[in-house]
Amino acid sequence: MKIMVHRPDGSIEAVRGEDGLSVMEALRKAALVEGECEGALACASCHVWIEPEWADRLPPPDGAEEDMLDVAFNLKPTSRLSCQIMLTDQLDGLALRIPASG
Amino acid sequence: MIRVDVAIVGAGPVGLFAVFACGQLGLRCAVLDALPDPGGQLTALYPEKPIYDIPGRPTVRAGELVADLVQQAAAYDPVYWLGQRAMALAEDSDGTFRITGSAGETILARAVIIAAGVGAFGPNRPPLPGIEAYENRAVFYHVAQLERFRGRKLVIAGGGDSAVDWALSLTGVAAEVTVVHRRDDFRAHPASVAQMKADPRIRLLTPYQLAGLVGDGVTLSAIEVERIGGARERLEADCLLALFGLTGDLSSLASWGFDLDRKTIPVEPVTCATSRKGIYAIGDVAAYPGKLKLILTGFAEAANAAREAYARVHPGKALHVEHSTSRGVPGFQALERAG
Repeated sequence: MKIMVHRPDGSIEAVRGEDGLSVMEALRKAALVEGECEGALACASCHVWIEPEWADRLPPPDGAEEDMLDVAFNLKPTSRLSCQIMLTDQLDGLALRIPASG
Repeated sequence: MIRVDVAIVGAGPVGLFAVFACGQLGLRCAVLDALPDPGGQLTALYPEKPIYDIPGRPTVRAGELVADLVQQAAAYDPVYWLGQRAMALAEDSDGTFRITGSAGETILARAVIIAAGVGAFGPNRPPLPGIEAYENRAVFYHVAQLERFRGRKLVIAGGGDSAVDWALSLTGVAAEVTVVHRRDDFRAHPASVAQMKADPRIRLLTPYQLAGLVGDGVTLSAIEVERIGGARERLEADCLLALFGLTGDLSSLASWGFDLDRKTIPVEPVTCATSRKGIYAIGDVAAYPGKLKLILTGFAEAANAAREAYARVHPGKALHVEHSTSRGVPGFQALERAG
């Protein structure tokens, strides 16, 4: 499956995702996010903006993800921590943006 | 100035176990950490969380594991230098390393083990252009003295316990208090949140985030905020208290003469040797192909690095290998004899 990633410079990259991995793991392999804490919800270094048309198709963030988004910067209404989004076939084509910073 | 065999940078779980691992080989250690207490991320980020993957500990609270590691290390009488960052590293002609801490003191050591995790913890700074110029004048990341805020038009940014508690404490001190937070919910003690929401002197601005600083580079005249997903607004304010927790910073190690790859230090697997002789890296900061970032991996790396450090401290001297069951541990040995 593919994740369509809009980089801060405006370019678009199709990143290969695998069923059972998180979006963060796919993005980190492509050096697009840090994913410093390995998905332990101890940092916000995998913060992404989900494209609006995809935002409602994802399971909503839980309380722990919301708490960690509190210490992220440059937020949008569709901000998510990509480590908390698990890839499934239904998410093939998921479109998101990498924030310019934070 | 203090002289030890091994200087350990980072007092997280892996740095603490490195004290024990070195101690078992007769090496005395000094441990530096930017935080005032040992434990690294376990203390700073999740002391109450249970950990389930420590061998032999079906479940252990992070804070409890730290206390046990401190106790285990205590047998070897380490020197703790807490609350100061390891800043500079120099090497004498005889191969002795000199590490200077941010408080200006120096540790002399024959070997250095970096167990720095994600780096020295410092404030998580909002990425606002020009913010550095205002720091400690108009922008603060913690409250050292209430008087610094007297009579000021204060914006508190953040949504945790510290933001809520300081909003309540500073209302009587600052001329105005506005709390800017990205959502209506606060991750703080419910009673305190209720008190803050009921206090007419505290202006709550949610769901908003910081967007910019307006001023001359010394004095702040306004703070730009942005409704999440919406437009920018300008708040008249001359002081910002930004409370977004802690974040790791490895920048002070950049000049230490070993390779740094983004946020990790590449090492030789097994020996944990960095590209600079006599300096080893272990735990989350150390990287090699197939590395698992687990506490238990760091423990094993600590034992390996200790053995390498021994060879550096005692060049040419054979290492007599003994398990802890044979070697014993100071304190416990005495107890056994007494019994």
